Amino acid sequence: MTDKISKYSGRFEATFFPKHQEAIYAQLESKHSSVEVAENDPLGTEMVLNLGPQHPATHGVLRVVTKLDGENIEKVVLDLGYLHRGVEKLAEHKTYQEFMPYTDRMDYLSPYSNNVAFCLAVEKLAGIEVPERAQYIRTIACELARISAHLLWLGTMVMDAGAISMFMYAFRERENLYTIFDKLAGVRFTVSHSRIGGIAFDMTDEAAQMIRDFIKTFKVELKSWNKLLNKNAIWLNRNIGVGVVSKEDAIAYGFTGPSLRASGIPYDLRTAEPYMVYDRVEFDIPIRTEGDCLSRYFIRMDEMEQSIRIIEQLMEKVPQGIIRADNAKQSYPSKDEVYYSMEGLIHDFMMTDVGVCPPAGAEIYHAIEAPKGELGFHMISDGTGSPWRVKIKSPSFSNLQVLEKMMEGAMVADTVVLIGSIDPVMGEADK
Amino acid sequence: MEEASIPYLGLLAGGIAFGGIATYALAGVYAERKVSAFIQDRLGPMETGPKGLFQTAADILKLLMKEHIVPSAADKILFAIAPLLVFLSVFAGFSAIPFAPGLVTAPLNAGLLFVLAIISIEVVGILMAGWGSNNKYALIGAVRSVSQIISYEIPAALALLSAIVMTGTLDLQIIGMQQDGEWGLLHWNAIRYPHLIPAFLIYFTAILAETNRAPFDLPEAESELIAGFHTEYSGFRFALFMLAEYANMLLLSILAVLVFFGAWHSPIPDIPGMPDLSGHSVLIWISGAGWLLGKSLFLVILMMWIRWTLPRVRPDQLMVICWKYLVPVGLGLIFISAIWQLVRIYT
Repeated sequence: MTDKISKYSGRFEATFFPKHQEAIYAQLESKHSSVEVAENDPLGTEMVLNLGPQHPATHGVLRVVTKLDGENIEKVVLDLGYLHRGVEKLAEHKTYQEFMPYTDRMDYLSPYSNNVAFCLAVEKLAGIEVPERAQYIRTIACELARISAHLLWLGTMVMDAGAISMFMYAFRERENLYTIFDKLAGVRFTVSHSRIGGIAFDMTDEAAQMIRDFIKTFKVELKSWNKLLNKNAIWLNRNIGVGVVSKEDAIAYGFTGPSLRASGIPYDLRTAEPYMVYDRVEFDIPIRTEGDCLSRYFIRMDEMEQSIRIIEQLMEKVPQGIIRADNAKQSYPSKDEVYYSMEGLIHDFMMTDVGVCPPAGAEIYHAIEAPKGELGFHMISDGTGSPWRVKIKSPSFSNLQVLEKMMEGAMVADTVVLIGSIDPVMGEADK
Repeated sequence: MEEASIPYLGLLAGGIAFGGIATYALAGVYAERKVSAFIQDRLGPMETGPKGLFQTAADILKLLMKEHIVPSAADKILFAIAPLLVFLSVFAGFSAIPFAPGLVTAPLNAGLLFVLAIISIEVVGILMAGWGSNNKYALIGAVRSVSQIISYEIPAALALLSAIVMTGTLDLQIIGMQQDGEWGLLHWNAIRYPHLIPAFLIYFTAILAETNRAPFDLPEAESELIAGFHTEYSGFRFALFMLAEYANMLLLSILAVLVFFGAWHSPIPDIPGMPDLSGHSVLIWISGAGWLLGKSLFLVILMMWIRWTLPRVRPDQLMVICWKYLVPVGLGLIFISAIWQLVRIYT
């Protein structure tokens, strides 16, 4: 028996490549996905608590490894990538239009913004002019998506803090929004309504009426929620002074979106670099300077109000006209053309098969203000129908960077409001 | 024969009490669901039975038939005893509660002290559950729970103490009888001695914490601790924790009604022409128990209402509320009670 073991032991050593294994472990450690408890801990007060990836408060599959001293968090290590699906690589094997539905699944709380962000980038890359009406409808739907994303944030953040009823109120309104998207885009959730060069189909009068009704009732709801939460001592005490991010840190860590504006930096792409029709409406960019969870809460609540203002103004102004670029080399021809003319059918095939072909070597970065922050697409074309490389700058990913710093020194009970106030969506952070 | 019948009587009384509590818990869970549904613009359970009336019964049946899952790394003895201990402590508390004059299982002359003392044993059970589960979330939940319940017993006891200084007795029956009178509501302790209203508010806040109800439900804060100390429990053992929570809500509410809100007496003043019940002990029992439970259930519903409205406080803020506000005010109320009694004696 012993003979056998000694006989094979040399072979096992050889096949396991210990040095190779060590290198793998060293690599894993350098990912900083582990924390260590001090060996000299006589009272045994230290504990490693692994929040996630399956945990109700982490909004998806975020893994937070914490070292606790009683209720206090001493060290935090974030571990991302559990929802990595290689979206950027997939883009290289799809035509531009084929890739668009994949963007729905990134920030799945506001699919419309992602569609539009991608289509705008491609349109800029290929130099496609989009008709007015399409831009108006896109802008309205983007603001509806912003409200929908902020509603989910509101519901889950307040529910994580313990007030479960608020979740239901927020989701009731979200359900109305889904019904609107159903009427507007034909789909409730992953809308994929935007097309390169326009939108898939027109907004009906019924959908327009539903949007008008919604903003009327939603204003009242928003007011009553502000009444419920803004003076609630427990809610305020949970958030005041928790997770403060200074102006300098916000810039250094690459904060974007409402979280950035809560730290006192008035940067919003809708006014900084107006896209679509944001330069034709009047609205304010809410700013706070405290940089804590409460200010991030107020910013998002105010943003919903401003979104309503934008939608109200745009609904009055929506012009009549076509909803896709009238150029068969740049966007899908209308269905009437496809069904009743030979050329239309050929163009339809060509758009599906090859798609839009931007000039070779063209490179573009275009970002929009998604509900979570700056959502940018960096694309390089090689002249074919699919991009040579796509790099997505997702707001959730950059917002998560500061979480480690925020959580160190906080309490276990704070983790939920901290994660909630940053409002990450893992589908977008992991891509 | 006489001697032999006593244990059977005890068993019978225990059986009735258990049945009563279980029925109340069934109704309580159903009420909680309907109250929460009402607050949240939903319908609540609607499918099982008329208006979903049998939903909780079906759920309990499901829990009864489920497998007991014991984590392999758990301390099996502690894990098994914990839910029993938690439930028994609350269950035993009911024995000293008079539901009407004479309608009491154990007529103790220090009934109030007994109830407070026996409920405290619940903490041991919760700690056993948290420690025995060998789960980090359960442990944090249990430790939170222990610190919370022990802290909040002090303001609860102080609030009751300020009432006891006024009544001069710990016997719950006598406390109840003292609040009898022809003017109904006006004879209740909280009305006769107005400083007992803040005392009741302190007591009510404290019992929210003691029963682990929102906004003090930190031990089972599902957003960060999954389910707190009962994370690993399943089946009937989990049902026992639920039962204990609901029974505890009722027990502490009954205590509040006994001490502050006129025990089993009706708030309606005696009107000439009203039927006189004196002499019909069974009728007195029924009306007395009815009023007592009615008033207590109102408090229980109030606790549910609060649960579905307020967010949860943070552990350090919980301690601040207790030690910085409730305890000093409670001490002040005892002082007021003492002065009141001094003035009464010397005038």
